[in-house]
Amino acid sequence: MKLIIAIIKPFKLEEVKEALAAAGIEGMTVTEVKGFGRQKGHTEIYRGSEYTVDFLPKVKIEVAVGDDAAGKAVDTIVKAAKTGKIGDGKVFVLPLEEVVRIRTDERGESAV
Amino acid sequence: MTCSRSRRPKLLATLALTAGLGLGSLFAQTPPAAATPPAPPPPTLEQRIAGLEAYLGNGDPTVVLKVGPKDKDGNATIPAGLTTPSVGTAGPGHNGFMMICTALVLFMTLPGLALFYGGLVRTKNVLSVMAQCLGIAGLVTIIWWAVGYSLVFGKSFNSPYLGGTEYFFLAGVDAAPNTDYAFWVSQNVFSMYQLMFAIITPALIIGAIAERMKFSAIMAFVFIWMFVVYIPLAHMVWGSTGLMNGVWNAGASIKAIDFAGGTVVHMSSGWSALILCIILGPRLGFGKTPMPPHSLVLCMVGTGMLWVGWYGFNAGSAVAADGVAANAFTTTTLATGVASFTWAALEYITRGKASVLGFCSGAVAGLVVVTPGCGFINSTSAMWVGLIAGLVPFLACTKLKSLFKYDDALDTFGVHAVGGTVGAFITGIFATPSVNSNLSTNLKDVVGKTLWLEQLKAIGLTLILSIVATVVIAYLVKAVLGLRPSVDAEREGLDLTDHGEEGYIYESKS
Amino acid sequence: MKLLHLPLPRLLLLSVALFCTCRLGAQAPVPAPVPAPTLEQRVAGLEAYLANGDPGAALKDAKGAVPAGLTSPSVGTAGPGHNGFMMLCTALVLFMTLPGLALFYGGLVRTKSVLSVMAQCLGIAGLVIILWWAFGYSLVFGKSFNSPFLGGSEYFFMTGIDSAPNTDYAAWVSQNIFAMYQLMFAIITPALIVGAIAERMKFTAVLVFTACWMFVVYFPLAHMVWGSTGYMNGVWNAGASIKAIDFAGGTVVHMSSGWSALVLCLMIGPRLGHGRTPMPPHSLVLCLIGTGMLWVGWYGFNAGSAVAADGVAANAFTTTTLAAAIAAFTWGALEFVLHRRASVLGLCSGAVAGLVVVTPACGFITPGSSVLLGVLAGAVPFLACSTLKPFLKYDDALDTFGVHAVGGTLGALLTGLFATAAVNGNLATNLKDVVGRTLWLEQLKAMGLTIVLSVAATAAIAFLVNTFIGLRTSIESEQEGLDFSDHGEEGYILESKS
Repeated sequence: MKLIIAIIKPFKLEEVKEALAAAGIEGMTVTEVKGFGRQKGHTEIYRGSEYTVDFLPKVKIEVAVGDDAAGKAVDTIVKAAKTGKIGDGKVFVLPLEEVVRIRTDERGESAV
Repeated sequence: MTCSRSRRPKLLATLALTAGLGLGSLFAQTPPAAATPPAPPPPTLEQRIAGLEAYLGNGDPTVVLKVGPKDKDGNATIPAGLTTPSVGTAGPGHNGFMMICTALVLFMTLPGLALFYGGLVRTKNVLSVMAQCLGIAGLVTIIWWAVGYSLVFGKSFNSPYLGGTEYFFLAGVDAAPNTDYAFWVSQNVFSMYQLMFAIITPALIIGAIAERMKFSAIMAFVFIWMFVVYIPLAHMVWGSTGLMNGVWNAGASIKAIDFAGGTVVHMSSGWSALILCIILGPRLGFGKTPMPPHSLVLCMVGTGMLWVGWYGFNAGSAVAADGVAANAFTTTTLATGVASFTWAALEYITRGKASVLGFCSGAVAGLVVVTPGCGFINSTSAMWVGLIAGLVPFLACTKLKSLFKYDDALDTFGVHAVGGTVGAFITGIFATPSVNSNLSTNLKDVVGKTLWLEQLKAIGLTLILSIVATVVIAYLVKAVLGLRPSVDAEREGLDLTDHGEEGYIYESKS
Repeated sequence: MKLLHLPLPRLLLLSVALFCTCRLGAQAPVPAPVPAPTLEQRVAGLEAYLANGDPGAALKDAKGAVPAGLTSPSVGTAGPGHNGFMMLCTALVLFMTLPGLALFYGGLVRTKSVLSVMAQCLGIAGLVIILWWAFGYSLVFGKSFNSPFLGGSEYFFMTGIDSAPNTDYAAWVSQNIFAMYQLMFAIITPALIVGAIAERMKFTAVLVFTACWMFVVYFPLAHMVWGSTGYMNGVWNAGASIKAIDFAGGTVVHMSSGWSALVLCLMIGPRLGHGRTPMPPHSLVLCLIGTGMLWVGWYGFNAGSAVAADGVAANAFTTTTLAAAIAAFTWGALEFVLHRRASVLGLCSGAVAGLVVVTPACGFITPGSSVLLGVLAGAVPFLACSTLKPFLKYDDALDTFGVHAVGGTLGALLTGLFATAAVNGNLATNLKDVVGRTLWLEQLKAMGLTIVLSVAATAAIAFLVNTFIGLRTSIESEQEGLDFSDHGEEGYILESKS
């Protein structure tokens, strides 16, 4: 099992969600986050005093998938979230040891 | 004539009383003349009509009653007991207008200024500036009731520097007009109107010292400052015996003019603010940590309210709903719109973006600069005033401040002191009797000639008084109470440490 | 005559008058250069003040002419009650835009665009003040062109506008106040358009569009409807070709801005992600505050349009209150019936719709009619916003078309049906054969002309602006939000606890 963590531009969230659903992947956790990578922050000026915003708003998506679906999920996210411009974000894939569905106590891939 | 507010207050006050009390009996007494003591002569129909006509034009309703023997100066007097129902009564149009104007000036502070300043500080200090505005409103109201109004608008001291004691605790201030200041507005309304000016002036100062002065220290500072700076200055500029009241006081040493408070309100608060913020020192981390405004939305809302409320401030300063008020309203609108647009345009030219803060700052600067001149200048001059108001404070806030590195947190100095000073000066250049005939009596030899010199003298005196007094008061308060909160308290934010509250508690969705 | 409102000359004249009358009683007249008004005439002048009448009427002789030089202290002076009321109304109409409309619209957009709509309101205010001072007032309320379509050039740069009344428009209100009052209408009208194109139009393009639009649409339309020589000014211009009525601006303000907004939003296209990404209002709290301010300010707009504190103003105040409240309640009730929830946005939209619909009618209809009008104002714009918009899929971001164009059009028509001379005596002169009969037909003509002018002019101006500087901001800027890309600021920086 894999845990896929994707950091994307906020306005791409809806497209990524729809694309993943179309690819048969249901369920995700979304968090509004801030961060920076190669995309630089920007500078705001308030009556002459500068205010540099280093951290830009992004959305973090977490999706747990079975090993077979991981590649397809990553491709889907990348395709849907791409604008080709700097600041599109990143996708991280991590091994996942255990998954438990709280309601039924199911464990492993059937709980994903 | 009407223009010189009468020098016979006692007589007028008696008249006011007789009119108020004996209005009904007056009609009844007209036909039979066989009353007990020498019966007051009845007014003629002519005199009564002229009294009503005086109401329309904000004139003196007693002018036509002056048909008695000449006094020692050769002026006709009013025969004893002669009065009309128009004398000593407030006129509904003028009085209603002034009540609403009073509410509008309060609206400028609460919530206008509180939002304007509140939006410009950081989240952790938003409530502290609001509390300071509210605290000042309460404190100044008490001072004003007890002694303030009397010290500014009384005249028992017969002094150019302070008023008198006759109105302490608002004694004798009722709904009859005080004809030294307005023929058709109740004196209690006039005193409340002037109270709102006394509230907003110290409230302006907190912009410079925001986020780092103890609440108790602010209250103590304001308490003393009102007595040492505001009250004497307001008497000098607006009191009927005032040193700098060029329009109404024929014996004024400095023949300056200030329609709605360029010196009294904006220069005094702005220059005091500069001194106080220098004595106080900058905020922790100033120049290293960014301190952006936490909500330009609130700031913009406050700006709109300031603009709307300022009509009460400027047009209301005519103390009548007359042509002078109408002119002040017009020049205020034009200057503000142009200044707002100019400031933003300068930003667009210098860095490619016109900001909301720029529009707001420009609007406030326009309002400040036009304040001393609004009732004295014509609409074309107002456009020039607007242009200057967009330019000069813009340079003060963006260049001067970064050059000298004082921490005038919300630009009280840059906007109010610089703007007020510029405004006071150009009022001397643009003022014309063609929009305000009151300039053609005591000042007819000065307006359009050396008025700007008189304005410079008034500016100098205001500057010196504000600076010297603020230095003394600030060090006094520092010695007794201390000015600043502890370092930890400042880091945590004044909302929690001074007031035990938080401005926003958004997260609790449970 | 113009000097009369100045105390000094007025009193001089008064004493002359007094002197003359005394002498007249005694014996044959001394050579009196100025004929003195009788006491009767002076009292009549004062009585005219009470009822907002013409103070000069009593000075006319049997032939209906005022003898040369005859005047009274009431002539040519503003009356304090009326003038003071109009100053406050002017402040109230400004309050509708700053900060009322800015908050109403600002709350309805997303967080990243809140400052952009505020900046647009502020920018339009500054721009229109300059235009109005230079040309606007004169082009609308001047009459040197003697044209039904545009005013004149005599008041360019506000020349000659002082505190004396312009009796073409108000007997007791200073002309400079009248000019400022009308200025506030000229500010809010283009600011209403902002709602349809929010979150995606460049700031510079908004200002350039507004500057052109004022000259091509607003100034001519305002003159046609309110100018003393106007084409559609049925109440005051006996020679008006279209005998329509519009008390406070149903055609001039709401229809013109609403229909222009529709055309502009079609030409500029929908926001990125419109229909796919949800774009909920970022703060209904701000929207509610803005609605309250709009309602309060609207009393200046509607009652003030009587240009006096008289009985017509009082009636307009009453009908405005009833219509706004009932429309708010109706909109909320319809939501409750259809969706089982009455929303804050629904109640706010209903209040604004009620205010819009009653605008052209408020000074002409009875309170009873305003109740019925309120119900329709809650229902028709509700259907436009909830049914028409999804059906046609245009992106009228904040429903300027649905509320202002649909509401303004509805209001203009209903005014034709409900107007009655019983509440407004001015309908019994030039329009006495029209009111209650064919007025609705005249209203239809006025509506048609307004729609044609707004739609055609907006299409042409938008096309030109798009060609020269472009209407839309870049995709990146739109994604990032106009607050930063156009203004370099953020609306809220709540987290920085440093």
